[in-house]
Amino acid sequence: MIDKRCASVEEAVSVIHSGSVIAVGGFGDIGVPLALCAALARLDVCDLTIVSNNAGTGENGLALLFKHHCVSRLIASFPSQAGADHFMNAWKQGEVQVELTPQGTLAERLRAGGSGLAGFFTPTGYGTELTLGRETRVVNGKGHVYEEALRVDFALVQADRADRYGNLRYRLATRNFNPVMAMAARHTIAQTRQLVALGDIGPDDVHTAGVHVDSVVEVRT
Amino acid sequence: MSTGWTDEELARRVAHEFPDGACVNLGIGLPTLVARYVPEGREVLFHSENGLVGMGPAPEQGQEDADVVNAGKKPVTLVPGAAIVHQADSFSLIRGGRLFATVLGGLQVACNGDLANWKIPGTPGVGGVGGAMDLAAGAQRVFVMMRHTDKAGTPKLVQECTFPLTAKACVTSVFTDLAVIDLIDGRFVVREMAAALTRARLQEATGAPLSFAASAA
Repeated sequence: MIDKRCASVEEAVSVIHSGSVIAVGGFGDIGVPLALCAALARLDVCDLTIVSNNAGTGENGLALLFKHHCVSRLIASFPSQAGADHFMNAWKQGEVQVELTPQGTLAERLRAGGSGLAGFFTPTGYGTELTLGRETRVVNGKGHVYEEALRVDFALVQADRADRYGNLRYRLATRNFNPVMAMAARHTIAQTRQLVALGDIGPDDVHTAGVHVDSVVEVRT
Repeated sequence: MSTGWTDEELARRVAHEFPDGACVNLGIGLPTLVARYVPEGREVLFHSENGLVGMGPAPEQGQEDADVVNAGKKPVTLVPGAAIVHQADSFSLIRGGRLFATVLGGLQVACNGDLANWKIPGTPGVGGVGGAMDLAAGAQRVFVMMRHTDKAGTPKLVQECTFPLTAKACVTSVFTDLAVIDLIDGRFVVREMAAALTRARLQEATGAPLSFAASAA
């Protein structure tokens, strides 16, 4: 029997250990698996590498991981948005190294990682300081840089609906990075607003097939 | 500068560039104004980097849906016929050339089309690039909407960018409070200028030589 349901967020994140590379879905605070982040911050883990577009604001989500000194490295496109005080403090203290990555490159590195590719050439960032020293190639007269695929240990994602096979459906703009992160991880944990019966999410309506997902936990929000 | 266009006039001017049926990305800040001024009779589809194709205006107060925001994380609406895609597909359509144009803010634009708009050297903090480099590299046209000079009066249209680049040779046209300027063969070519302005004053406010199209008064 396939049953990926977990009874609690604590149980779902208990597999995560210090030194892990973790992709966390969301754009700003939209589509961020807030309860999973909070549960992770309560674990005694450190030296995490976080892959996420932003770095959390206020006392929410990723912000808690920086507050509790869990993170040593961040791969993000826009970490320093307004309200990201816990991240900023951790960065000023020298606790966190930041790898700034253009947003589309970040998304594509995850998709490539989840697709069994080594990397790709992209025009994004060619000739800028963010790609200094990178392998380049001119294709059809246009400069490209080589970007490595990103495979991660864990992904924390947020869905609107999920079933026990781990099939996920997102709602509106909460989809953002969640599907590519679910693909890119060796172990994907989904927080869902609602657990539904098998078949309630029709085959045409599944956004992330359950084969990408290892555990689901319902968090009504 | 009091002789120039207001933000609203400028937004209207930019919106006029979009043909019926165009899909356009608007950057955060000043460019978001443009959405209000699509000329009557044209359907323009607005794209937001976080996966919205068919973004509508801000909702009425109390009508916000917490699951619908724009690139600046502000509440927006979706138009009938809108589509949602994930982040990788959103940037695929950017790099894949589906955008008629992106309208971005700018810190510096050089006459060879180089754009700098993500980082001011010497500013403390780690900075953030977001989707600017992808948009600048991928859209069919890159329109930069910005003040002609910075607050100190220093030209933002320059011979060569001194700020970190967003993308090389990417800018199609610049829309400032003083003029509409096309980048053609490594030169700034003025297409239109604000009514009360002289060519000499415009040149004074610009850090590289200007050419003037026949259309410029």
